[in-house]
Amino acid sequence: MTSAVDTPAEESARPAPPSGLLTVARAPGWVRYALLAAGLVVALWLPNGLYPAVAVDILCWALFAVSVDLLLGFTGLMSFGHAAFWGTSAYVTGLVAIHAGLPFPAAVLAGALAAALLALPIGYLAVKRTGIYFAMVTLAFAQMVYYVANEWRSVTQGENGLQGVPREFFGADLSDDYYFYYAILPIVLLGLLAAWRIVHSPFGRVLVGIRDNPARARALGYPVHRYKLTAFVLSGFLAGLGGGLFAVGHRFVSLDVLHWTTSGKAVIVVVLGGIGTLWGGVLGAALVVRLEDWLSFSGFEAIGLVTGGIFVLVVLLFRRGIWGTGSALALRWRRPRRRE
Amino acid sequence: MSGFLQNTFNGLVGGAFYALLALGLAVIFGMLRVVNFAHGAFYMLGAFGAYVLLAEAGVPFWAALVIMPLALGLLGMVLERAVIHRLTRLDPLYNFLLTFGLTLILQDLVKSRYGVQSSPYATPTELSGTVDFGLFDFPTYRVFILGFTVLLCVAVWWVLGRTRVGMVVRAATERPELTRAFGIDVGRWVTPVFGFGIALAGLAGVLAAPMRAVNPLMGADLIIVVFAVVVIGGLGSIFGSVAAGFGIGLIQAWGEAYLSDFPIVSQTVVFVVMAAVLLWRPAGLFGREEAPA
Repeated sequence: MTSAVDTPAEESARPAPPSGLLTVARAPGWVRYALLAAGLVVALWLPNGLYPAVAVDILCWALFAVSVDLLLGFTGLMSFGHAAFWGTSAYVTGLVAIHAGLPFPAAVLAGALAAALLALPIGYLAVKRTGIYFAMVTLAFAQMVYYVANEWRSVTQGENGLQGVPREFFGADLSDDYYFYYAILPIVLLGLLAAWRIVHSPFGRVLVGIRDNPARARALGYPVHRYKLTAFVLSGFLAGLGGGLFAVGHRFVSLDVLHWTTSGKAVIVVVLGGIGTLWGGVLGAALVVRLEDWLSFSGFEAIGLVTGGIFVLVVLLFRRGIWGTGSALALRWRRPRRRE
Repeated sequence: MSGFLQNTFNGLVGGAFYALLALGLAVIFGMLRVVNFAHGAFYMLGAFGAYVLLAEAGVPFWAALVIMPLALGLLGMVLERAVIHRLTRLDPLYNFLLTFGLTLILQDLVKSRYGVQSSPYATPTELSGTVDFGLFDFPTYRVFILGFTVLLCVAVWWVLGRTRVGMVVRAATERPELTRAFGIDVGRWVTPVFGFGIALAGLAGVLAAPMRAVNPLMGADLIIVVFAVVVIGGLGSIFGSVAAGFGIGLIQAWGEAYLSDFPIVSQTVVFVVMAAVLLWRPAGLFGREEAPA
């Protein structure tokens, strides 16, 4: 009889993510504030420089990526089934908005709560395994959610998808994506802030401790499984927040939101941006969404060919991601000066 | 009664595909510690290759059954040398992502050339018709698949358990460092074993061509079920993968037959079983906890 406790071997087979500068921002305070200010300026300017619908997608995907990074970068768990939470929230948000006519933030909140609720049993089962098994378990359960949504036609409309999700907000006219972007920006920023707070809280420190050495964390008396599960549910909630906004943003929910390629894309967005950096996920989301929009706009059919190719190249050559590589370079540039 | 036997037989045939794919995954995982996400894509390539060979060159099923596994096995070996090899010292998750990217590429390559429509593939004439077992008769082709798969699984099991090659593979699977210390060149076996696993996936694809719809996405949903099968059986165990493959095939077929009013059930039953197994034995039914490195 095997125990529910993972063996040390399985855990030691899973080295820490490669970046090496995770969680602790080593940059001096003013650099971080400057970056934050620059990020806010870009966020405020974004729909002026891009097609606003694309800007909305970038915001939603940024939340999604950060939710995945919360697990992958800071807990050492690669969920390959996060489409389950993103998509469930999209459907619940859509249904609530259509049938209850609530203002969209309330519908999105309902969706995110539903996602968190779904994350509880899936997480409970998944955290019994680590590493690659964890990825496979989350993937399998996400596929189960996909099948249910596909078959439960009376509720989800099956392959037709949910049509006509309203953008109700106390009668305000948000039909233009440009204004809708600014309506959801505070929600997304709140979500990102929540992720940042989680990571920099004592709870987040324990997660990093578990990621780096689960056996030690357990020996120190931390209930490892419960910490992982809490992180999983929080991550499901954040992914759901993004998925709900995505549903309102498109005014339409298709089965695609639950497909496993969506889960995989989320992980790759994080790897491209930089595992364990939070910011990187936002950056990765912006790049991938922009690229896909550009490809489809230019009439290129085989988007998977390009994105798949980029994924392969990123994994082969660029594992630290943009943010990780950038901060490594910045640190290297700073160090000689300090020695002077 | 004969209805039950019919369903059981169909379940075993469906399970044969899971078993073949899970077997390839298990062999590759054992040797390389790579969970090959692209396994489903190679299955699809096997089926598509058979279709293209027949439609464009008139190559019959039997030849395709030899050509496609060989060709895909070679392609697998090239891929292993070219890209996967570079990641073997890293976290297995990177291999998972790499093969995920490969899956998207392979799917889109086929999709952009042949579209997403299903293509028909005729059952070879020698295997059309039915076999009479007295009480009931089964399609000859399905009987062939079942017999062929069982033979193949037994052969692989025999090779792994009884031959010198199998000894090396098993030893390298369990204690790679120690095996190296005995002066056995483990690295030499990695590429052929990967090719062999891919060849099995391609073979399953050729076998599937006459009975399943041939389209670029046929491997995509299957591979997720196979991952669930592998979690149920225990990825470390070759026997577990095969047994769980047939078992899940049976459970799915019974679910389809006796719970046909609830189509959700037959598709999700495998994941329900997986949840139950995780509760009871997180390492899988036949999986062992990994030996300390």
